[in-house]
Amino acid sequence: MSNETILQSTIGVTIPSEIDNHEEHVHHHHESFITKYVFSQDHKMIGKQFLITGMFWAVLGGLMSVLFRLQLGYPDSTFPWLEDIIGKWGKGGHISPEAYYALVTTHGTVLVFFVLTAGLSGTFANLLIPLQVGARDMASPFMNMLSYWFFFTASVIMLSSVFVETGPFSGGWTAYPPLSALGSASPGSKTGMDLWIIAMALFVVSSLLGGLNYIVTILNMRTKGMTMTRLPLTIWALFFTAVLGVLSFPVLLSGFILLIFDRNFGTSFYLSDIYVNGVGALPNEGGSAILFQHLFWFLGHPEVYIILLPAMGMVSEILSTNSRKPIFGYMAMVGSLFAIAILAFLVWAHHMFVTGLNPFLGSIFVLLTLLIAVPSAIKVFNWLTTLWRGNIRFTPAMLFAIGFVSLFISGGLTGIWLGNSALDIHLHDTYFVIAHFHIVMGVASMFGMFAGIYHWFPKMYGKYLNNNLGYIHFWLTMIGAYLIFWPMHYEGLAGMPRRYYDIGAWESFKQFADLNRFISTVAMIVFAVQLLFLFNFFYSIFKGRKLTTKNPWNSTTLEWTTPINPGHGNWVGEIPEVHRWAYDYGKDGHDFIQQTTPIGEDESIH
Amino acid sequence: MATTTAITPVKYWSGGKSPFNVEYGKLMMWYFLMSDAFTFGAFLIAYGTTRFATNGWPNPNEVFSSYPFKPEGSSPAPLIFVSIMTFILIISSVTMVLAVHAGHNMDKKGVVRNLILTILGGLAFLSCQAWEWTHLFHEGAWWGRNPFPNADGTLSTTNFTNFFFTITGFHGFHVFSGVVINIVMLLMTLGNKFEQRGHYLMIEKAGLYWHFVDLVWVFVFTCFYLV
Repeated sequence: MSNETILQSTIGVTIPSEIDNHEEHVHHHHESFITKYVFSQDHKMIGKQFLITGMFWAVLGGLMSVLFRLQLGYPDSTFPWLEDIIGKWGKGGHISPEAYYALVTTHGTVLVFFVLTAGLSGTFANLLIPLQVGARDMASPFMNMLSYWFFFTASVIMLSSVFVETGPFSGGWTAYPPLSALGSASPGSKTGMDLWIIAMALFVVSSLLGGLNYIVTILNMRTKGMTMTRLPLTIWALFFTAVLGVLSFPVLLSGFILLIFDRNFGTSFYLSDIYVNGVGALPNEGGSAILFQHLFWFLGHPEVYIILLPAMGMVSEILSTNSRKPIFGYMAMVGSLFAIAILAFLVWAHHMFVTGLNPFLGSIFVLLTLLIAVPSAIKVFNWLTTLWRGNIRFTPAMLFAIGFVSLFISGGLTGIWLGNSALDIHLHDTYFVIAHFHIVMGVASMFGMFAGIYHWFPKMYGKYLNNNLGYIHFWLTMIGAYLIFWPMHYEGLAGMPRRYYDIGAWESFKQFADLNRFISTVAMIVFAVQLLFLFNFFYSIFKGRKLTTKNPWNSTTLEWTTPINPGHGNWVGEIPEVHRWAYDYGKDGHDFIQQTTPIGEDESIH
Repeated sequence: MATTTAITPVKYWSGGKSPFNVEYGKLMMWYFLMSDAFTFGAFLIAYGTTRFATNGWPNPNEVFSSYPFKPEGSSPAPLIFVSIMTFILIISSVTMVLAVHAGHNMDKKGVVRNLILTILGGLAFLSCQAWEWTHLFHEGAWWGRNPFPNADGTLSTTNFTNFFFTITGFHGFHVFSGVVINIVMLLMTLGNKFEQRGHYLMIEKAGLYWHFVDLVWVFVFTCFYLV
């Protein structure tokens, strides 16, 4: 029975609904290779497409960081093989300054948008939303397919920018004008920037198409009995993520459109009083580069939570499942997600404390920024209390989930430092910021993603990932992440500036030469460990241990009621009805009770 | 409906149905419009802050004071032409409402008639905009070129025209896509698509978009012509 048959039986109002379309998918129809693997409209396949494209970008973005860490760690050594692989960008075995900035920029753009936005919420929103709310597919499978292909096109264009003669954009992932607005400003500001901005515009479209689908599917297509407060926390997190994306990416798009006009049509939205060496004084008057920063960070800050919230949701789910305990404070978890989503829109200018913001305005943003500590702390304490006295199963997914909590605490605490505008003046342009955001947003979300992959891999492919490789992957990544980023706090406190190509020129930072070499070495090892994970992933797709049960983790949620390899339409026969919330672990002497089990007579309704 | 005795209150949020009693497409359209409102909001706020931070700004009453076939030497007619444009667009919203209403009554003829009127209204608005842009272009205005001095006679920056062409252009692009959507709706209506489906809900969604575009114009109009 599909949603709308239930719908018509409960109330008399007829809604001639397009939801009906999905009923057709229940019946198995023959699919060609193209419709099954390429232009697929099955949310599970689209999720896998996002995941594997994201993995491609993660490898590339990670490799870029290895290359520029080579420069930072070994500024005096030469690596002749560099010239073999990157040609003129590695002349004489040294990464050129232009290449260094291009690598840093592309690393940032790719990791933030293509891996941790598309690769993370694209994968898990697609995979989990229909499965966990009890729907045959997304509200609009066709738009969902478009969302992936816009992302794919954006990927192709972004990738092509690496190969143009003047190199990819090199002005930082934030694309501040005037570097991004004037082709004459740097080599990377020419064709590389054109391709960058086209790729990003397509990415915004992809994110909009995806986000609208996620929101509407969650609101409209829950199965019978699935009230909002019975939703798993993953779904709540993905819901707020989608709302954040739908409301903040358009502002970035506006900023980009104005930027395109400044680049190509002689306007001065962001430009005023500029002198370019070799070109002379520019005629542009009346614009403001800070305007772009406002438009950018109005997206840029919510973007942090677009990256983080899905990880939070999945971690909540995995912690509860593997502690065999209900999640502690379900409503507080939902409430804190909501609070974070609201605050996400009100704190963007804390990225701009040192760009010339009015100090009074800065103080308001300090207050609002520090408020985020409240819902964040609620979440942290709820995760810890979920673990407390749990019957913990240390699966690789669980380890990564616990690792996420650890990283979120470590990185979150330094956020309180940086949120204070007075401290930020000293810390802003140093490695302290690099350490902070890599731990709290980059590595933590990556851990959430790994947790999700290890946990839902059986649902995706009907196989298990290899546990031993998983344990090696976790421990080396966890230790490595702290070894890479923890020392950067000290470097930053000592004033070591970020973004610099060669820090050795300053006497005060020579003391960090060994430390930088250490960081670079660990970064390379950690990168190699990720290749181990990729091997595990692709090997297990084909040769992994097969699932013999529908519900390998003894979990309560709906996705584990589908067949081991669900077809398009997810459930054979009717979509199950839901009778309870998603966290009945260890209740009344039962290890777990699935959401589809009706409330027993002697049982209290949750 | 009449035969069912409603005893239990309908639980809108308990799953198995839409909590808002709407199909997914309409919900999606509302969220899209919110998203689009943020795009325009960002544009208009960027315009407002730039203008606020600039010394002096051209007087719209002097810039927009012409109309087609205006006799040489006749006195300036501030805001006359744009008022007509605005009126046309608002009337097209009215005909859109009538089309949606006819759709509710499964009145195919009414839908067709009012959709055609709406499309004509949209095209008329776009034509007016085309004329106005051409006229301004001939006066020397374009992206990066602003012939109009500030109201106090001082030299102006180019951001008056930069913002004008970008934002009205972006809005015009929305009107254009609205017209295209309405033409598709018209063709689907003529092809009896909605009769077969048994409802005209697609027209409602197109209508939501059209009204939104009109509403945005009210803000664009206020910000560029009145203030």
